Amino acid sequence: MSPMTTFLTALAALNSNKLRSGLTLLGIIIGVTAVIALTAIGNGAQETITARIQSLGTNLLFVRPGATTSAFGFAGAAGSAATLTLEDSEALMDPVLASHVVAVAPETSTRQQVVFERENTNTTVLGVTPSYLPVRAYELADGRSITEEDIARRSQVAVLASETAEELFGLRHPVGHTIKIGGRPFEVVGLLEPKGGTGFGNQDDRILVPVSTAYYRLGAQRTPGGEITVQNINVQIASEDVSEAATDQISGILRLRHRITDEDDFTVTSQVETIETLEETTQTFVIFLGAIASIALLVGGIGIMNIMLVSVTERTREIGIRKAMGAKRRDILLQFLVEAVLLSLTGGIIGVGLGYGFTYFFDDVELGGQALNMVFSGDIAILATAVSGAIGLFFGIYPAMQAARLHPIEALRHE
Amino acid sequence: MQGAAPVISIQNVTKTYQMGHVRVNALQGVSLAVERGEMLAVMGPSGSGKSTMMNIIGCLDVPTSGRYFLEGEDVREMNDNQLASIRQGKIGFVFQTYNLLQRATALANVEMPLMYGNGRNRRARALEALERVGLGHRARHMPAELSGGEQQRVGIARALVKEPSILLADEPTGNLDTRSSDEILAVIQDLNRNEGLTIVLVTHETDIAQHTRRVVSFRDGLVVDDAPVAQPLLAGQHA
Repeated sequence: MSPMTTFLTALAALNSNKLRSGLTLLGIIIGVTAVIALTAIGNGAQETITARIQSLGTNLLFVRPGATTSAFGFAGAAGSAATLTLEDSEALMDPVLASHVVAVAPETSTRQQVVFERENTNTTVLGVTPSYLPVRAYELADGRSITEEDIARRSQVAVLASETAEELFGLRHPVGHTIKIGGRPFEVVGLLEPKGGTGFGNQDDRILVPVSTAYYRLGAQRTPGGEITVQNINVQIASEDVSEAATDQISGILRLRHRITDEDDFTVTSQVETIETLEETTQTFVIFLGAIASIALLVGGIGIMNIMLVSVTERTREIGIRKAMGAKRRDILLQFLVEAVLLSLTGGIIGVGLGYGFTYFFDDVELGGQALNMVFSGDIAILATAVSGAIGLFFGIYPAMQAARLHPIEALRHE
Repeated sequence: MQGAAPVISIQNVTKTYQMGHVRVNALQGVSLAVERGEMLAVMGPSGSGKSTMMNIIGCLDVPTSGRYFLEGEDVREMNDNQLASIRQGKIGFVFQTYNLLQRATALANVEMPLMYGNGRNRRARALEALERVGLGHRARHMPAELSGGEQQRVGIARALVKEPSILLADEPTGNLDTRSSDEILAVIQDLNRNEGLTIVLVTHETDIAQHTRRVVSFRDGLVVDDAPVAQPLLAGQHA
């Protein structure tokens, strides 16, 4: 039997029971659509997170107290590790020992209740130096930044990030007003441009105050020696390429200052590492989503097998007739196999189409306050189509063999 | 090449089935030769072995022992695929219950056996076969839209389309009324008399058997009688 004839015969058989073929198709369509849509969601999440971290700048190093390895390791704040001081951060601006360091921005961090008139919110209050804005790539939307003078005077001034400002002031201009942080009045002197992004690692929900003010007025931690401790030192380096050399320089200076001989009491992490770690995590997430969707695809495959088995039983007599007319085992096997593959492949292609449509229409749709980012992956689409074809082959082979094995005489007697 | 050799040459064939714990000796040593152009009836009660004989002649089954030559080829040595090829090329089956594919048109049904060979012009040949049985005008009809006699004629066309060496008709008129039955017999007789087709017809009606030229009777897995018909009846006379 020629391939074309086999194909047409299979098509005619599927066409003769449209409802059943359609329902079987549906199983595969749902499975493939789920695979496409869920991996698109996963890829979108990965892209969002990566983009957000990259927006911090890839030429940043973070020096944090404690030997923690966690990417966002504020775990040090949980007591023991108050080992980094303002003096440490100043020491990193050594043009000889730290030649790769361009700028240093230390920060202290506390959570405070912030009140303006009747509005109040609980947010992160960072004690910073003037270099914080350029190092973390913030732009001023209004007013001014923290100055050296503010630090010297321990001025009670604050710069608000965009979301915090919106929370407290709504549509009003915050600059010039006085807010209360931890019960003390602070004059709002500046407003930051939004950085974008919400939720995880939100950079638009914070208040910047002079580092000295944070320490003396807001009860940031101090060392036994009375020095100002910092929770994080942002170090801007010349470029991403020198990140290792810069890490070595920073570690060298700090070890010397802390008189460390064995285990470091600080951790230097780079943005690149952070991105890699997070990409691994989100990749697992994507695989997990894909795996869940694959279960749907598998169920669809079992549906095909089920319907093919029913079909073989129902068409036993037809098989007998065909065999009596000279059909070989191979002819019967191929006929049923082609039917199964045709079903699953068609389902796969329709599923990819639907999945693409789903991705297209739901991309950027607001869902629970967050814009859904979906990224359609051509590789996954091709893979899903191939897998659905393979599923048809796998689940079709058994029914097809059952059909091919039938003895013509018994098949002809079948009622 | 085979010239004088018989189309069917069966020598001392036996067939034993295992049905559960019971061994059934369906054929217990049958010999039969059918010459080219013959038309014979195989008769016998149920369980006489005539159906088993038909299955073996039709290459749907192989003998347990003995030999069966179809146009000089030893069938007993053949595997499944070779048997399928023989069925495809040399044997035309006509069934009591027509056995048409209900979801295909008359034309598609007739065309079907050709798909398993490497035939060309399948559609044209199928139409020609339908015209030979006088059904050219109903080619596009589904089996359910045809009368029993018409369906059986489609069945005959399907058997004819590949130009077989023998036509095996298993109770071809068993499900038909007298009139249709006579029509079908007329078609079969015509194929034998005017086209020289070798025909083996299974029946248990003496009246039908009298339309052939030779009657072979089976009982208990043996041939008990093999005699020519002195005055074969001619079908289609009282139409």
